[in-house]
Amino acid sequence: MSDVLLATEGLTVRFGGHVAVDRVTCGFRQGELTALVGPNGAGKTTYFNLISGQIRASAGRVMLKGRDLTGLSVARRTHAGIGRAFQLTNLFPNLTVRENIRLVIQSKRGLGHDLWSVAAAHAEVAEAADRVLERVRLTAIADQTVTELSHGNQRKLEVALLVALDPLVYMFDEPTAGMSVDEAPVVLDLIAGLKAETGKCILLVEHKMDVIRTLADRIVVLHNGALAADGPPAEVMASEVVQEAYMGKALADV
Amino acid sequence: MKLLSQDRPGGPLISAILVLLLIGLALAPFLFPGTRALDTAARICVFVVLVASYDLLLGYAGIVSFAHTMFFGFGAYGVALTSEHMGRSFAALGIGTLSGALAAALLALAIGLFSLRVRAIFFAMITLAVASAVAVLVSQMSALTGGEDGLNFQIPRALTAAQKYADFKLFGVTLNGKLLNYYLVFSCATVLFLVLLRIVNSPFGRVLLAIRENEFRAEAIGYRVVWFRTGATVLSAVAAALAGSLYAIWLRYVGPSTVLSFEIMIDILLMVVIGGMGTMYGAVVGAVIFILAQNYLQGLMGLAEGALQGLPLLPQLLDPDRWLLWLGVLFILSVYFFPTGIVGRLRRR
Ligand SMILES: Nc1ncnc2c1ncn2[C@@H]1O[C@H](COP(=O)(O)OP(=O)(O)O)[C@@H](O)[C@H]1O
Ligand SMILES: [Mg+2]
Repeated sequence: MSDVLLATEGLTVRFGGHVAVDRVTCGFRQGELTALVGPNGAGKTTYFNLISGQIRASAGRVMLKGRDLTGLSVARRTHAGIGRAFQLTNLFPNLTVRENIRLVIQSKRGLGHDLWSVAAAHAEVAEAADRVLERVRLTAIADQTVTELSHGNQRKLEVALLVALDPLVYMFDEPTAGMSVDEAPVVLDLIAGLKAETGKCILLVEHKMDVIRTLADRIVVLHNGALAADGPPAEVMASEVVQEAYMGKALADV
Repeated sequence: MKLLSQDRPGGPLISAILVLLLIGLALAPFLFPGTRALDTAARICVFVVLVASYDLLLGYAGIVSFAHTMFFGFGAYGVALTSEHMGRSFAALGIGTLSGALAAALLALAIGLFSLRVRAIFFAMITLAVASAVAVLVSQMSALTGGEDGLNFQIPRALTAAQKYADFKLFGVTLNGKLLNYYLVFSCATVLFLVLLRIVNSPFGRVLLAIRENEFRAEAIGYRVVWFRTGATVLSAVAAALAGSLYAIWLRYVGPSTVLSFEIMIDILLMVVIGGMGTMYGAVVGAVIFILAQNYLQGLMGLAEGALQGLPLLPQLLDPDRWLLWLGVLFILSVYFFPTGIVGRLRRR
């Protein structure tokens, strides 16, 4: 498995006595979209937090292209290639949509330390931001502040920030949560588009089974913080442990 | 527009006000005769820089610091001490200014790295503690600092009224060293303000806004928050120290009550809030209004009291000794009607 991009080795975190993520060993390849599923409280978000660094692991390692990221800060992991969109919308509320995206591009290009140039005059940042806006179909509302946006558009912007960052590993945490049925496809199409691009490693936490069936190459099931199943969608969905732990209920919901 | 770093004041009214203020300050010696008026104009110039540098910290980076007057004092005492020990010379002024700024930068770096890692509120407490400790030190080490009395020192003759540059008067103004001194203060303050405006409009300035808005996400998109906050603290400390040096050169005196006191710290806060946080131009408007009120409200009230003599209650209310009360009322009204400050209000489309 030489093409494993991101790997967690025995990744564990305890909150007091509660083990939220329990010795998860798993590798994620380039060009592969992995759906991460499990009931609420299974530890999916916490697993993401451990990978992107918001939470420090109690044990285990996070490896990206063979490099140990475990001790690094969030910002350093971002520059190493880990990108993250959040389950709870997490934006710069009083700035415009465009400014939100520009901030990401500016970071990506290492311009943040520039004290002397005029930010508004960076044409290449503006052009890159326009391309992202176009892609997530937010151009029309680019100059509104985040607080003025509908929930659906805030979710889109949440995803747009990750697209703007263009990391090696994309982590989406319930990207369509709370979106209306006509808004969600924009985000899902976007993720499908990213998957079609070469080399993108995508991790997706998602509850809707039809979405997983069409997008995912692989399903990883977390249960009580531990890895419960891992394999191609058809196989995992059919497995007994998953039926019990999660799918039965989820399939019944569809 | 290049000078303004593409950051227009926004709105014709505020632009017109700012242009008028700029002209007023640039021609102050000719427009407003008398030493008191010139003194007020110079104070305004210095405080515009001081308040703008605080706005960089509070309005842009969202950091509350109580040590801003301490950094202001570093610049002022730097100039005073070198002038005292090296004798009156431009070299003494230059070295004093640079060493004050350097000391401010180093201490700001230390405080920033030590406390900004933890939480912003911890930083506010540390700055309060350090600033109080420095104020005590300055008043205790009277052999060096002059203690509570402060230090009177001499500046080069070229910057004092004793030096005449022409036999004639220009529009009724004597062309002497004092005039030169004013223009030194005015031009340095203008340059410093433009530099600060440039910094807040740079990519770095944008990151500060991002951190103010959502530090968690700022970190997640790759900005190392501690370093940006520390950088903002250092820059603002250096600008405050430079303003302090200008103030000392103008006054030829430093003392705890003129550059270090906690009252000045509060004045700065009020000026930022009245003018409008996170706008830079608010520093200009806030400093002008506040300092004019501070200097002339008492006199105006005296006049009003005289005019209303004989009426019940009103003269007592307008007793000049109550000027601080009225300043307070003015402040409350301005915050009530302009919660985003005057510039913030006039900027809204
Ligand atoms: N910072 C924290 N402190 C304490 N417990 C936490 C913390 N974060 C998550 N947990 C707990 O860890 C478990 C997993 O949560 P989470 O990762 O959010 O689940 P999921 O995203 O799969 O719904 C939950 O029981 C939650 O209460
Ligand atoms: Mg979750």
